Amino acid sequence: MRVLVAMSGGVDSSVAAALLVEAGHDVTGVTMKLWGGDSDTGCCSVADVDDARRAAQQLDVDHLVFNFGDDFLTYVVDPYVAAHVDGRTPNPCIECNRHLKFDRLLERADALGFDAIATGHHARIVVGPDGSPRLARGADAAKDQSYVLYVVPPADLARVRLPVGEMTKAEVRAEAARLGLRTAAKPDSQDVCFITSTGGRRAFLGDRIGLHPGRVVDVGGHDRGPIDGIELVTVGQRKGLGLSGTGEPHYAVAVDVAAGVVTVGDAADLMSDAVTLTDLVWAGPPPTGEALAQCSAHGTPRRAGVVPGPSIGGLPATIDLQWLDGPQRRVAPGQSVVLYHGDQVLGGGLAA
Amino acid sequence: MPAYLDHAASTPMRPEAIEAMLPWLRDHHANPSGAHRPARQARRAVDEARDDVAEALGADPGEIVFTGGGTEADNLAVLGGHDRRGGMLVASAIEHPAVLEPVRSRAGRIVGVDAQGLIDLDALDTALDPEVTLVSVMLANNEVGTVQPLDEVADHVRRLAPAATLHTDAVQAMGWLDVVAASAPADLVSISAHKVGGPKGMGALAVRRGTPLAPRQLGGGQERDRRGGTLDVAGIVALATALRLTVEHRTATVARVGVLRDRLATGLLAAVPDAIETAAPDGDRSRLTAGICHLCIPGIESEALLFLLEQGEVYASAGSSCASGAMEPSPVLAAMGVRRELAFGSLRLSLGWCSTADDVDRALEVIPPAVARLRRFARRPAVAAATASPA
Repeated sequence: MRVLVAMSGGVDSSVAAALLVEAGHDVTGVTMKLWGGDSDTGCCSVADVDDARRAAQQLDVDHLVFNFGDDFLTYVVDPYVAAHVDGRTPNPCIECNRHLKFDRLLERADALGFDAIATGHHARIVVGPDGSPRLARGADAAKDQSYVLYVVPPADLARVRLPVGEMTKAEVRAEAARLGLRTAAKPDSQDVCFITSTGGRRAFLGDRIGLHPGRVVDVGGHDRGPIDGIELVTVGQRKGLGLSGTGEPHYAVAVDVAAGVVTVGDAADLMSDAVTLTDLVWAGPPPTGEALAQCSAHGTPRRAGVVPGPSIGGLPATIDLQWLDGPQRRVAPGQSVVLYHGDQVLGGGLAA
Repeated sequence: MPAYLDHAASTPMRPEAIEAMLPWLRDHHANPSGAHRPARQARRAVDEARDDVAEALGADPGEIVFTGGGTEADNLAVLGGHDRRGGMLVASAIEHPAVLEPVRSRAGRIVGVDAQGLIDLDALDTALDPEVTLVSVMLANNEVGTVQPLDEVADHVRRLAPAATLHTDAVQAMGWLDVVAASAPADLVSISAHKVGGPKGMGALAVRRGTPLAPRQLGGGQERDRRGGTLDVAGIVALATALRLTVEHRTATVARVGVLRDRLATGLLAAVPDAIETAAPDGDRSRLTAGICHLCIPGIESEALLFLLEQGEVYASAGSSCASGAMEPSPVLAAMGVRRELAFGSLRLSLGWCSTADDVDRALEVIPPAVARLRRFARRPAVAAATASPA
């Protein structure tokens, strides 16, 4: 099989390529050039591309570079900025997986005559109840990335390979060391690749949109002072609200950019019995009854009752998740909530 | 047989140039600046090579400065002059980065070009004034092949910026134009060995006597204090050999390769719907060097096309590669007003001294179906032909 392996220059994708080579596939590595601006991780940097290319050379496979920079701006960066304008908290890594690492790369792979693409994600592809491929959690629970992949359509999964999903991170590193791959000891990448630690979101968004002042108001309606850059506030946030040292902890429980108001409350005010999801995607028929819901990349899955909202074209346009084990922290609007049955991804949506 | 159609990136070496350099790698090792007989032998080889290079450029031997390639020659020309006397630098927007980046680094002025890549002489006039100390306009463009009217440029420069020296990057012209005549108005002329059948890492700058120039590389005073560093004897004799043969055969090569290029371009335009010949949209190739066929192909992406061409053993290029190897739309095309989406579908096929009819046959066999395949698989709508022509 001809497989195009997305190689970031990190250890996971290097080992993914190595495993496919060992399995006898005709492997070509590719590094996607996505972001041309500043970056802490150096993601997409010349050094990362060098690492990917040198790893490919060690495996004696071809290595290409695809420039998807324009698509990255269109599908990841611009929506990320737009979401903040609306006071939502987007997950750009999920959009990148959806549009770039899978959709765009598959389009290119098809055009170039490859049978499948592969990545170094820690997730597995299993056979679902209807016989079609389904995404499932990776073998290493601490490194599982199924949450950020729930948007990959099941139809595409048939042409996707995730070779390191069956391994723990320690096993991946051990395999890289065994093969003598130069990426064996490279640190894991962290955080959003296009946000730097020095400038943070404030610098990134401040360069692209005007950040606006707002007021902090508590749940009782009392004004608690000004805030600078209301677009940067996320529901659940505790620091940076200008309220430190004022008694019990305060959390942002709601952000209304249009009105210029951040509502704060105590830990109890942050809790909620339910969350509504929009922008739904499903691996199969939408779940009914009960599912496990995960609200962040490494969050703890919680039991939830699934209550479908009004349907459009036979599918619910929204669903309500009702927490079955007591109230949970509010999910910031714009964050993805992914539903599981056991280890299998059922689908998910964005918190309203 | 694979079709190597990337001569503008680098040409195969001429066998005679390889032969000429071998003794200086294998048998002789003395430093030509030394005082003993083997050193004098090396010095003689360098001197004789210098005569050949000077003749190929219409210069005096003392006006030739050997460099480590075309980029160094361009840098020396642009920055060496500026280091000596400051002032304003001016370059055309389609210069090679080896000129553009030095000019930008000194906050110089960039002059636009028209849709065919010809310098806008009105814009040049606007950029010229008595403060200008150097104007750099290439003889022939490396991507689209446009040949600039250097005589006219020189007239404007002499009139409006009388203090300015005129530099021309002749790297891509050497194989195709009578450079002695074409570069006659220039004070500084850059060339590169590996574009004409010589080795990589070897170039030269012709510096007309009296042209202000400070060295960029300080050292042992070689090249009459214009470029320090031990002379690369093997590279220098190979450059001279390659240039001699290039000039000797140039008329015949231009005629022969021009026919091949025309057949390639005409064949592709017929077989690839909506393809545009970038610098000759009306089919008039009289302003182009004979070796270049540059197309913009709506509805495809170059980096995907190049992969399919490689599968068919057709080696070409597109756009400009950044340091990571990612393909970026070419600044040259942007300067010519080609829209970004269309520039993403650019293809440069460049022929050279050893290109054959088989190369063209293979390209004509491989490229049209590759484009058709990419268009078939494109999920986004193809750019409509009606709106695809360069603005």
